[in-house]
Amino acid sequence: MTQTTLPPVEKTQPVSAPGGTTSDRARSERKLGWLLAGPALAVMLLVTAYPIAQAVYDSLFDFRLTDPDNRSFTGLSNYGVILSDWLWWRSLLVTGFITLVTVAVELVLGFALAMVMAKALSTIRPVLRAAILIPYAVITVVSAFAWQFAFDIQTGFINSWFSFLPGIGEDTDWFGGTWTSLLVICLAEIWKTTPFISLLLLAGLAQVPEVLQEAAKVDGATWWQRMRRVTLPNMKAAIMVALLFRTLDAFRVFDSIFIMTGGANATESVSFLAYRQTISRLEIGLGSAVSVLLFLAVVFIAMSFIKGFKVDLSQSRGEG
Amino acid sequence: MPDVSWVGDDGGRAGRAGPLRSRRVRRALAGAAAAGVLASTLAGCGSDDGGVPTLTWYTNPDSGGQAEIAARCTDEAGGRYRIETSVLPREASEQREQLIRRLAANDASIDIMSLDPPFIPEFAEAGFLAPVPEDVAERVTEDVVDSAIEGSTWDDELVAVPFWANTQLLWYRESVAEAAGLDMTQPVTWDQIVQAAQEQDVRVGVQGIRAEALTVWFNALIESAGGSIIAENSTDPSQIQLGLTSDAGRRATEVMRDIATSGTAGPALSTANEDSTATAFESPEGGFNVNYPFVYPRALAAVEAGTMEASVPEDYGWAIYPRVDAETEAAPPYGGINLGVGAFSQNVDLAYEATECITSTENQAYYFTTNGNPASDTAVYDDPEVLEQFPMAPTIRDSLELAAPRPQTPYYSEVSGGIQRVYHPPSSVDPQETPEAATDLITAVLRKEQLL
Repeated sequence: MTQTTLPPVEKTQPVSAPGGTTSDRARSERKLGWLLAGPALAVMLLVTAYPIAQAVYDSLFDFRLTDPDNRSFTGLSNYGVILSDWLWWRSLLVTGFITLVTVAVELVLGFALAMVMAKALSTIRPVLRAAILIPYAVITVVSAFAWQFAFDIQTGFINSWFSFLPGIGEDTDWFGGTWTSLLVICLAEIWKTTPFISLLLLAGLAQVPEVLQEAAKVDGATWWQRMRRVTLPNMKAAIMVALLFRTLDAFRVFDSIFIMTGGANATESVSFLAYRQTISRLEIGLGSAVSVLLFLAVVFIAMSFIKGFKVDLSQSRGEG
Repeated sequence: MPDVSWVGDDGGRAGRAGPLRSRRVRRALAGAAAAGVLASTLAGCGSDDGGVPTLTWYTNPDSGGQAEIAARCTDEAGGRYRIETSVLPREASEQREQLIRRLAANDASIDIMSLDPPFIPEFAEAGFLAPVPEDVAERVTEDVVDSAIEGSTWDDELVAVPFWANTQLLWYRESVAEAAGLDMTQPVTWDQIVQAAQEQDVRVGVQGIRAEALTVWFNALIESAGGSIIAENSTDPSQIQLGLTSDAGRRATEVMRDIATSGTAGPALSTANEDSTATAFESPEGGFNVNYPFVYPRALAAVEAGTMEASVPEDYGWAIYPRVDAETEAAPPYGGINLGVGAFSQNVDLAYEATECITSTENQAYYFTTNGNPASDTAVYDDPEVLEQFPMAPTIRDSLELAAPRPQTPYYSEVSGGIQRVYHPPSSVDPQETPEAATDLITAVLRKEQLL
């Protein structure tokens, strides 16, 4: 049995005259498009392109905020310092680990929640959606504090609730070791952002044509077969968009680490490293270089999703 | 766009008021921060109604004492100035981050700042503090404990006004000390305490969290052993010589390891801060705790709230910080808050006048009795009301005279951050290897050759 999707619809250009010549109408529509999108583009350039360019420029200097008189051009030496430091690579690994674990778990959980939301009785559906979305509405810092208090050795309830599990006791110090700290950080992230992924997947679920499901049912396909051969293939675009957004988000993890461990026990993420160089050490040059490398990593992730998995971003707007 | 030209005008005004040579460069470089500053500058201008200059005092969070002192001094000023307070973030490091970013953008709205002493050299070296007038300097250092004057001094000059001075005491349970046969009227050593705690199966509360508290503890250990984190100071970061590998440095590391691995520091030593060790000290397992004086009013408040037996604080005893070696006097931690006047303030003279009012003997006594923050003015310790509420006040005063400040350097964040990274968790330190590792790291960080 092959996957069942609707035959690909040939994408038609909105307005294009045969023979490649652009009609007056196309031209005027393009102009209108620029007029409509122009202000947004200008704002985007101002609030994103400018700071990025400034960071790239600053990263080429030895520049301390409290000592601007001794600012000096050092070329790429800041990048040399960072890339030859094990701390950078360790932070990259930690960030990668958190990203991988949280996104994988969130995808499975989010899908399950999306199914529940889609199939729930229409009477309880609004309540259910609101309930599932609550964690996403909580400010990340607040959620980080909540999880920290829960696992704290003095104020927390986790140790006494789960003391029946092997390895957990009154004296388990969750924030005293690397892996236990990372576990709590990942749990907090998953709890907080699963609703986001489930919301995107719910939109994807709604796009699966009911006719295909019915046809599969008539053909005698089981629930599992319909899921694998009909639902998932038709949702691929939505899943990839959800994954892309969450991966980019997860890679910039900062708040939970800042609140829970403050970077102790080798839990620094790349963002945290940028914070410590720029804000704590006031080394604007070095910190900007870390930020630029973080930016490049994010661009790399986005490009590999878009090119590698052929993610169509228009899916996220429900145009697919 | 009218907004843009307005920004320029205001920035220029703020810049002209500042005494620094490089303000134009600095202003250009700190352009991004300027936007944030804008709002507060606006607020500062807007509240100048009625011709009474408004001084903005950036305070660390407390129990409302600084706001009350601001109101009292406003009354006392008789219309010459008005003090408004603006509360900074909770952590001292975050207070510094916010103030530095604003001052780097020549924020004229910062008149008076409550500063944590270790960060004062950095502010002074960067030219963020208005010079203290000579007559003011003379008056505000009269009868003030040495450690507070030292903590307000940079490059042999008074750069801030001593306000309140904090120090850690050795808190102990009298019942535990008695059972262990410890004579607490005599100075005690860390070894004695750990041994007593092991015998009595109680905790020794120390701060092992990877935060400023760890540097505070380590600095007290190395100073008590007769050494210093910075052996030779310099304003050039690459010339700073560290004293971590000295005998005192190794001895301090050894004491830290012995306490951490003795089994008396509790299961959460690597996340223990001042609050959590105070909580542990209140529990039946509490035996000893090196901590600030807030431990006492905190326990009394808990009794009043009905969450603690009155017998618990009655069992509290206090002594001077433990010694590292029996023969050498202890050097307890020094903390507190000193007042800096912003270099870009439009009312420097009034601001210094206000700091004299804020740090008056009466206001320091008020702050001590209501907020539990010990005064830097020695006269306060003779106040009968203070003595009644804080029976440990004489011990605090003695401790302040012995106390040693943390390393005084404009690069304090790097030094402290490096200590925190290498000496954490305390159970993993090794007197042979850790001092070298920390020296290598901090030296490389100061030379900008490594990340922190």
